[in-house]
Amino acid sequence: MNRLLPALFAATLLVPAVAQAHDVWLEPSSTVLSGDEARITVDAGSGNDKFYYNHRPLALNDLVITSPSGKTLEPENQFTGALRSGFDVTLTEDGTYRIAVAGQGVFARWKEGDQNKRWYGKPEDLDKHVPKDAQDLMVRERVQRIETFVTKGNPTDLEPVSKGLALTGNTHPNDLYAGETAEFVLTLDGEPARNLQVEIVRDGARYRDAVEEIVVLTDDQGRFEVRWPQAGLYWLHADIQDKQTSIPAAQDRNVAYVATLEVLPE
Amino acid sequence: MKPSLKATLASILAGLYASSGHAAGLEIQVEIPRIDVAEYHRPYVAVWLQSADRKTVRDIAVWYDYKMPKEEGKKWLKDLRQWWRVSGRSQNDMPDGITGATQPVGTHSIKVTDDHPALRELPAGKYEVVVEAAREKGGREVLRLPLPWPPGSSTSVDAKGETELGQVRATILP
Repeated sequence: MNRLLPALFAATLLVPAVAQAHDVWLEPSSTVLSGDEARITVDAGSGNDKFYYNHRPLALNDLVITSPSGKTLEPENQFTGALRSGFDVTLTEDGTYRIAVAGQGVFARWKEGDQNKRWYGKPEDLDKHVPKDAQDLMVRERVQRIETFVTKGNPTDLEPVSKGLALTGNTHPNDLYAGETAEFVLTLDGEPARNLQVEIVRDGARYRDAVEEIVVLTDDQGRFEVRWPQAGLYWLHADIQDKQTSIPAAQDRNVAYVATLEVLPE
Repeated sequence: MKPSLKATLASILAGLYASSGHAAGLEIQVEIPRIDVAEYHRPYVAVWLQSADRKTVRDIAVWYDYKMPKEEGKKWLKDLRQWWRVSGRSQNDMPDGITGATQPVGTHSIKVTDDHPALRELPAGKYEVVVEAAREKGGREVLRLPLPWPPGSSTSVDAKGETELGQVRATILP
């Protein structure tokens, strides 16, 4: 055992280049609605336990709510608490709303003498905070989209997303039922995201022993299928690291995607 | 084959063809069961005809709180999950002949004549009469009654619910 210990310690130091710090999510109160006018509330958080608010609220600076006709709506009653942030949405149009926290940031790491420095912020503030000729400079672009979908009345098609990872049909994200198989396509910058791992975890982990995650790989056309074992709220996640940066100073890019999908009983 | 047997078979076949003629309609009886709870609300109920491939869907009746101010009763139509999915959500205004108020405990009869939109020019095939009920502060139940069209020699088909629906029967009217 003593001989193994140093090796074990060495192994734990090999952290992945992209250590996904915490899970993030949006949790809508409802995703299928009827009536002339409807209201929902959305909670947002960050932490290790999906849909459990035991760590930090999700920052809502990059929140965009898009109506079925393409209008941008203002969130109502927005708040940020200690463990959870949230807002209400009033839905007056029939069709599918897209609620997303979608943003781009830049992460930089460098040395000043003996000190390790790090900074994370908006690309336009990079020059102000990070010396261009810094020692051992590493700059990484981060593209993130955390979203969910809500439909009042008949579902409508979603606009394609041209930057980062995004989920599209064939199955509509508000047309999901237990026991059925949904077929989705993941796109990266508008093109199929090929051979990418997608993890899907059902809400309610506190009340069971196993995570029961569903792991699938997208095919050459970015397609993947999920057969929903039960009704419930599902957290879907994919990420990729590549060199398709849009920030000149960045050497590479990390793209992350999270969607919350509600599966209803038959 | 003996001549008399042939004649018997011929008359049996003739009889079958005669009885699979054009039906005058359907009568659907829906029993809303008595449920003993402190706070009882009459259920929302949807009755519709659906082809086996779900491509043909025709509403027969939708009972909901349709007289509420600002049409607030529509808020809970989506709890009739199957009906909402195959029919309700793609309609803005339902025809008057389809919608009605929620009904009290007891057996209610819905007459669907052959010129009702649900049966008018219905293509031949395998169908189901589907009855779905959802109750506020209660549960939800779906019953499916197979109905070939034309109905052939069958006269009625039954189903019995366990929770939110009682006896449901679809009777072919000659």
